[in-house]
Amino acid sequence: MPDTIQSVAIKVNVNGKPRSLKVEPRMLLVEMLREALDLTGTHVGCDTTYCGACTVLMNGAAVKSCTMFAVQADGAEITTVEGLERDGQLHPIQKAFGDAYGLQCGYCTPGLMLSAHHLLSRNQQPSEKDIRKAIAGNTCRCTGYQNVLKAIQLAAQNMKGA
Amino acid sequence: MGSEDHNKNWVGKPLPRKEENRLLRGRGKFADDIKLRDLLYLRFVRSPYAHAKMVSLDTSAAEALPGVVCALTGAEIALQTQPFIEIGPEPFAKIKDYPMAVSKVRYQGEPVAAVAAESAAIADDAAELVQVEYESLDPVVDAEQALEDKSLLHDEAGTNRVWNGVFEYGDVEKAFKDAAYVVNIDRLHFHRFSSTPLENNVVIAEWDPKDERIYYSCNNSFPSFAIQFLAAHLNVHIDRIRVETSDIGGSFGIKITSYPQMAVCALASKKAGGRPVKWVETRSEHMTSSAHGNERTFRDTQVALDKDGVITAIASRHIDDCGAYPRYEPLGCVIWSQVFPGVYRFKNARIDFIQAVTNKCPVGPNRGYSRMQHLWFLERVVDICAHELGIPSDEMRLRNYIRTEEFPYTTPNGCVYDSGNYPKMLDIAKRLIGWDEWKRKQIEARKQGRLMGIGIGTTLDSGTNNFGQSQIVNPGLPYSGNSQGANCKLDIYGEVVVAVGSCPQGQGHETTAAQVVADVLNIHPDLVTVRTGFDTERNVHTGFSGTYASQFAVSGLSAVHGAAQKLKTEMKQLGAFALRVKEDEIEFGMGAQGPELRAKNNGKCINYWGLANLVNANSAALPPELYDVTLNCRYIWRAPFKVPDKQKKYGNLTLTYASQLHIAVVEVDRETFIPRILDYVAVDDCGTVINPAIVEGQVYGATAHGIGAALMENCVYDAVGNMLTSTFSDYTPITAVNMPIVKYGHIETPSPHSYSGAKGMGEGGAAPIHTISAALQDALFDNGIVIEDSFNNADSLFRALVGKETSQAETLVKVERRV
Ligand code: FES
Ligand code: FES
Repeated sequence: MPDTIQSVAIKVNVNGKPRSLKVEPRMLLVEMLREALDLTGTHVGCDTTYCGACTVLMNGAAVKSCTMFAVQADGAEITTVEGLERDGQLHPIQKAFGDAYGLQCGYCTPGLMLSAHHLLSRNQQPSEKDIRKAIAGNTCRCTGYQNVLKAIQLAAQNMKGA
Repeated sequence: MGSEDHNKNWVGKPLPRKEENRLLRGRGKFADDIKLRDLLYLRFVRSPYAHAKMVSLDTSAAEALPGVVCALTGAEIALQTQPFIEIGPEPFAKIKDYPMAVSKVRYQGEPVAAVAAESAAIADDAAELVQVEYESLDPVVDAEQALEDKSLLHDEAGTNRVWNGVFEYGDVEKAFKDAAYVVNIDRLHFHRFSSTPLENNVVIAEWDPKDERIYYSCNNSFPSFAIQFLAAHLNVHIDRIRVETSDIGGSFGIKITSYPQMAVCALASKKAGGRPVKWVETRSEHMTSSAHGNERTFRDTQVALDKDGVITAIASRHIDDCGAYPRYEPLGCVIWSQVFPGVYRFKNARIDFIQAVTNKCPVGPNRGYSRMQHLWFLERVVDICAHELGIPSDEMRLRNYIRTEEFPYTTPNGCVYDSGNYPKMLDIAKRLIGWDEWKRKQIEARKQGRLMGIGIGTTLDSGTNNFGQSQIVNPGLPYSGNSQGANCKLDIYGEVVVAVGSCPQGQGHETTAAQVVADVLNIHPDLVTVRTGFDTERNVHTGFSGTYASQFAVSGLSAVHGAAQKLKTEMKQLGAFALRVKEDEIEFGMGAQGPELRAKNNGKCINYWGLANLVNANSAALPPELYDVTLNCRYIWRAPFKVPDKQKKYGNLTLTYASQLHIAVVEVDRETFIPRILDYVAVDDCGTVINPAIVEGQVYGATAHGIGAALMENCVYDAVGNMLTSTFSDYTPITAVNMPIVKYGHIETPSPHSYSGAKGMGEGGAAPIHTISAALQDALFDNGIVIEDSFNNADSLFRALVGKETSQAETLVKVERRV
């Protein structure tokens, strides 16, 4: 392979593990996660920052990993869907999505759960409208969102006690 | 079936889905998640023109780029393959459809070349180096214009008319002669949209040179159909093509027609010496060149009604636009007639059905395929007549619905509607939405000059096709009936393992199949392993296997049930031998060591491992009369169909008829013209429910698709065939902020045609499109507007209301009153 483009060394912490990588400047964050780190739970659904299938947490905030270069994540802490569970125990958001039938094909689900994570870490009692706004950048083509709303409400309830 | 099979425990329960465990953890296996050694990445070069001659094509610069392994052109493919099979008859059967353009492009986004490289990024760079020179031709973007044949897409056919047939039943002339009213509707139009699954198409192909076999990992949703096209095209025996699917991120029918891309990936792999080739579609590729739903124009509609507003006859001309290549078409030219009269009782009708090619993306069987267009048309007819005659829309429906006591109901074209109760659904929907209260509010709103409307949409979701209907479009086709396979076995250590021929995309087949088997064997569904995805080498598929056309609950689960019954019979034989009792003394259930068989009287028992061991590892202990017992039971379920009468276009075309009835309250903002949904109800009837949570989820999902299509999602082309909505940001799939809360109601009229009483229901019949059109018309009728198009957004409503450019009742609708 030609080495015409200089690779750049970056350090990121992904799901609690420090990683050092050399990436092409044009590599997207989502490509880094999926291709370089084999974290295939983060998906791609569009090319235009619309669908949120690629949503991950960067320093605790939801970002669309298809709209960032990997080099921009240098020094950051990234959480992907694979990093949600603890010791094999589902995160309350994951559990709520299952309990409320908040998924069908499951392609959008990782992104939706991370957007929900962003919301619930900032607002423990979100109204229905808050939830709708928080996931406005996440497209789901299967569920019609109704059970997704229920799932996030359920997660909020369950996390309040925690 | 199964007299002792009344131990129903699991079917009917909202069991948590087995699929969740991997999907929630980000451990699903979608096609793009698969990596292989030596993998190459393929990128297509696509036409910027809708209609053009290719003057030259040069791939040399691309091939010279380091990291590029090969390039492939349409002309090169044409030399080594057969054109794809055409489903339709002459003259359209003459057209030559290759997976990439050979000498002429026919829609924007059509592939003309492909490059395969060591990385996706290199493939991207290389694709940009391919030089193509075009000479543009007159594009034909409108189907009615296409029928003038001034500019031909396919010279070999000599016409743009793909198919034409008249569907006539009853005595249409007499009904019009006797009519009290005749309503004439000049034009109605159903727009082009796509359910756009969130996961794009993905293909990995490997053409193994050692044994001349092709291996596919992909997300095609009807592989048994795809391999028939691929085998003939690639000159390869069908048994040498293996297709595997795993988790699929939605299809809604759109992923049925990915076989052209599958062909190119295989040919690229062959050219690359057998290295596997992966293609991951981008969203823009998906929007311009995977598949769209069928667009349809309804011309010169005449409706005969009696003095009470009962429709007695409909005559109309329907022009379907299938885009540049027919591919799955012209099947849509008959599939709509599964629901010929919709939910209505009229007996006389003549529909002249025509399909045309245009310079747009080819169509595919999009959720609600071909029936939703027709059902929307019928609902428009009913509402327009109701408004013109001053009959309330609910009353109009009650006068025209098929009556509950008439089921099973034979339609004028010989379809048998298995069961239903439309008036009851209407009643429930009205109660759920608070009909009277909204009517009162509407009067108030109108006094204030607000544009508020209430609309009803009644629809059908016909499921489990009789493939014999394909003979109505082409009498030469060798297809009829419908079948589905399943395998149920007791594995070596006594595990219960089920394999089905479907390839689910979120419908929860693993869960519902486990529920069915659990009930047959009287065990917990967690003890049933259901194989994920589809695999041609599992030998459970038939020619019609896949996931499409609302059928798994009927065909798939009937096959699973049949296989489980077969297994149960064998287990019983074996158990009777092992426990030295008669077969009818055997009971199935759970014991201390897991699932077991017990003798009713003496309490002796044998667990599943013991049974499986007898056949698999302790066979000397078996008596010869049990040698036929394999504990590996394949069952093919066949739908009870006959071949339809091709000349008369008469016969039963589908097995089950689920129905949905929706009501919407919509208001159009006086200033912004933005239509807003104020309240929404969906009531469904899909017979006996296997898993209520899954059914409810399907209803919400189909409702979102319908609301999106009605108000936001439209595949727009300009006059020269440029697609203007080629990204999600332009196409704007519906989001959580646009979705109203859907109030859900439900009735069950069990189908007499499936083993459990269930009906297929995955498509939903696009009820929201009918319903929102109806509500908008109710809101705007007093302003002289008739809703003429299935797509209505602020822009189109502004053009109708202020610009008076479209949808004007006085030009669109004429009523002859003879009483
Ligand atoms: S893939 Fe990132 S927003 Fe769609
Ligand atoms: S569950 Fe399929 S896209 Fe959301």
